[in-house]
Amino acid sequence: MFGNKLQVSLYRYNPEEDKFPYMKKYTIEKPERDIMVLDLLHLLKEDDQSISYRRSCREGVCGSDGMNINGKNGLACITPISSVIKRNKIELRPLPGLPVIRDLVVDMTEFYAQYEKIKPFLQNETTAPEQERLQSPEDRDKLDGLYECILCACCSTSCPSFWWNPDKFVGPAALLQAYRFLADSRDNKTEERLNALSDPFSVYRCHGIMNCVSVCPKGLNPNKAIGEIKSMLHKNKKDIIVSDGV
Amino acid sequence: MNNIFTNNIKTVEFDALIIGGGGSGMRASLELAKSGLNTAVVSKVFPTRSHTVSAQGGITCAIASHDPEDDWRWHMYDTVKGADFIGDQDAIEYLCSEGPKAVFELEHMGLPFSRFENGRIYQRPFGGQSKDFGKGGQAARTCAAADRTGHALLHTLYQNNVKEGTNFLNEWFAVDLVKNSKDEVTGVIAFSIENGEVAYLKAQATVLATGGAGRIYASTTNALINTGDGLAMALRAGFPAQDMEMWQFHPTGIYGAGSLVTEGCRGEGGYLINKDGERFMERYAPNVKDLAGRDVVARSMVLEILEGRGCGEKNDHIFLKLDHLGADVLNSKLPGICELSRTFAHVDPIYEPIPVVPTCHYMMGGTPTNVNGQAFKRLNEEDYLIPGLFSAGEAACVSVHGANRLGGNSLLDLVVFGRATGLHIQDELKSGGGVDSATKSDIDDALERLNKLNESDKGFDTAEVKKELQECMQNYFGVFRRGEFMEKGLEQLSEIKEKVDNLHLKDKSDAFNTSRVEAIELQNLFEVAESTAISAFQRNESRGAHARDDFPDRDDENWLCHTIFDPISKEVSKRDVNFKPHKVDAFPPKVRTY
Repeated sequence: MFGNKLQVSLYRYNPEEDKFPYMKKYTIEKPERDIMVLDLLHLLKEDDQSISYRRSCREGVCGSDGMNINGKNGLACITPISSVIKRNKIELRPLPGLPVIRDLVVDMTEFYAQYEKIKPFLQNETTAPEQERLQSPEDRDKLDGLYECILCACCSTSCPSFWWNPDKFVGPAALLQAYRFLADSRDNKTEERLNALSDPFSVYRCHGIMNCVSVCPKGLNPNKAIGEIKSMLHKNKKDIIVSDGV
Repeated sequence: MNNIFTNNIKTVEFDALIIGGGGSGMRASLELAKSGLNTAVVSKVFPTRSHTVSAQGGITCAIASHDPEDDWRWHMYDTVKGADFIGDQDAIEYLCSEGPKAVFELEHMGLPFSRFENGRIYQRPFGGQSKDFGKGGQAARTCAAADRTGHALLHTLYQNNVKEGTNFLNEWFAVDLVKNSKDEVTGVIAFSIENGEVAYLKAQATVLATGGAGRIYASTTNALINTGDGLAMALRAGFPAQDMEMWQFHPTGIYGAGSLVTEGCRGEGGYLINKDGERFMERYAPNVKDLAGRDVVARSMVLEILEGRGCGEKNDHIFLKLDHLGADVLNSKLPGICELSRTFAHVDPIYEPIPVVPTCHYMMGGTPTNVNGQAFKRLNEEDYLIPGLFSAGEAACVSVHGANRLGGNSLLDLVVFGRATGLHIQDELKSGGGVDSATKSDIDDALERLNKLNESDKGFDTAEVKKELQECMQNYFGVFRRGEFMEKGLEQLSEIKEKVDNLHLKDKSDAFNTSRVEAIELQNLFEVAESTAISAFQRNESRGAHARDDFPDRDDENWLCHTIFDPISKEVSKRDVNFKPHKVDAFPPKVRTY
């Protein structure tokens, strides 16, 4: 009966009008060609200006439009509706676990705070050469799969450990960046970086649930990076004990 | 709900205010934050969502990595020629000679450049690049981080701003400039998108680093946020725009979607074919073929399509062939392109060609500035600096790109002139420079537009008017232009202006009201579109990206000059091009062939 119609169930909340959030149903003609979820939102917004969501590049590189699409986090701009429609229905909600500002817009303060906590910048106090610092292609390859993160928060907001401890568990996105700098042959603050992560919460709240890996729209693997950090932490600890012994 | 603001609004004071958190804004803010001046970046999106993130192929600069003999003078020659001789040679000299320093700084900040075996930064060939002033063959001068250079650059700059403790007003939207009675700029009116709070952000120096406005066209590689906000604010404040007819159409936007496919694809050995499988660029640019200037390649593609040799059922696009490069090269050098083509063109470049069309990409014009980022206006055919106002990056026209920008020169422009602007503001403010305060009525003037929109109870719909504007620009001011068509376009624009001035904001709420933002953005787009249309109609010649059917030749006698659009009289005047570089002899105009 919904052959040519598409039902969109959209999470709505305007703090100035609504006491509680609610799901609003929109029925639209099924577009002739396959469109992205973001295009679908544009169509809805043409009729209802009050719908609010973030968007910028519309090609999956800026990380603005992370949201929960039929139960799974993803970027609206690179998710074709054909890949998510179930019985002609699509359900769109904000990223889980963060406070909602309005509709699909979440407050990402805590997410960014974790990012800043890991000192996401190259640290090397030796005097820089006049030209670039040299790095072998093999050392540079170690940054692949790490530096491409777009900070969309799809991973951290799909992580139950982050839901529980968003203030203390660094979360998969920021840990991926922590490892990006640990793995960079040009950075020489390895010891300090590891010490800052060695408490029971920052890294060790990761229990390998792997939601981060399954949702990353860039195909990155934060879980693997966290594993690498854990082995560096173990090795670091052992080194400290050995040196204490001597 | 009280949406009508009088000047009881909060005033927040800074030394320097940077509007825009993209590459040029964050390079300027980094310089200023390090200097200890109280600096804030106002960005309508979280900074890493800025459009710099979409730059792919790289940053062109003579760092002499691929070729140890490479020379910034050769880069300068290419840029002057690429610009079809209306780029200012003092500015191009500064860009190319300061470039290496700016690129090495980025590397020291941590930018993950790809590398050669010897550990130096990887460089690839791009269009319009030569050795030995055009006599030594193709150069490889574009420094790259795979095909994600803009992403790597923008994140590196954000990270270093975090390190230096820069103040960010994220998701704040700047509405209009505030001017005092001496026509000096004293800051902006802005509002928090998150909660609607309006404030007067007061500053001794205001930098417009708001990027381009590709969204004036229906088909563009630009992000949805590229609405020319800074340039439009300057125009509304009565300040001029330069070379607005010069818009770059990138040869390879994905057919249908508009997403950019980097010129680096052709740099790595890819090439364009028509429906007969012919590598047609051999006919149009026999020497460098697919690596001719972007304007040349884009026009050749349009001609192929117009002459019935386009690909697909409607013969309306061209194929970019990459499969012969092999999976290894594609996966290591062009991974982002493979991802984009699979998502938006439903083809895997490892096996099939990508359908592409020339797509609006870059605004060569903008707010005119000198090499220090200082904006100026024109009085009696002379430049007069505007105290308090600066601009850098795509929003500015310094002018290093003239009538056609070379690939990879925009990222260099961002960091070189972002840095120069930051350095100059430091000098100026530390030596006691600054501007007088604005009065209550000055602030009220700047609030007028926002108030009108907030009071609107009837009028036109933003989304509809935006479509009308974009189609008008696409139809009448695209790759090829003709006087009679542009006249029609100008007529349409005057009808659209009525609508843009009378938009109806239905949703008046304060919390993350994106419809308010979109309405103001549409007004900004209109300002940019109008200046483009009027400037294009006036330039009666073909030069660089500006191709006139009715004036097919370059006319150095009459048009070897910049155009200056005056937003008050809506008239266009001419301004001399700078032919006085300091360290080398000027490159005189000559016939531009590839």
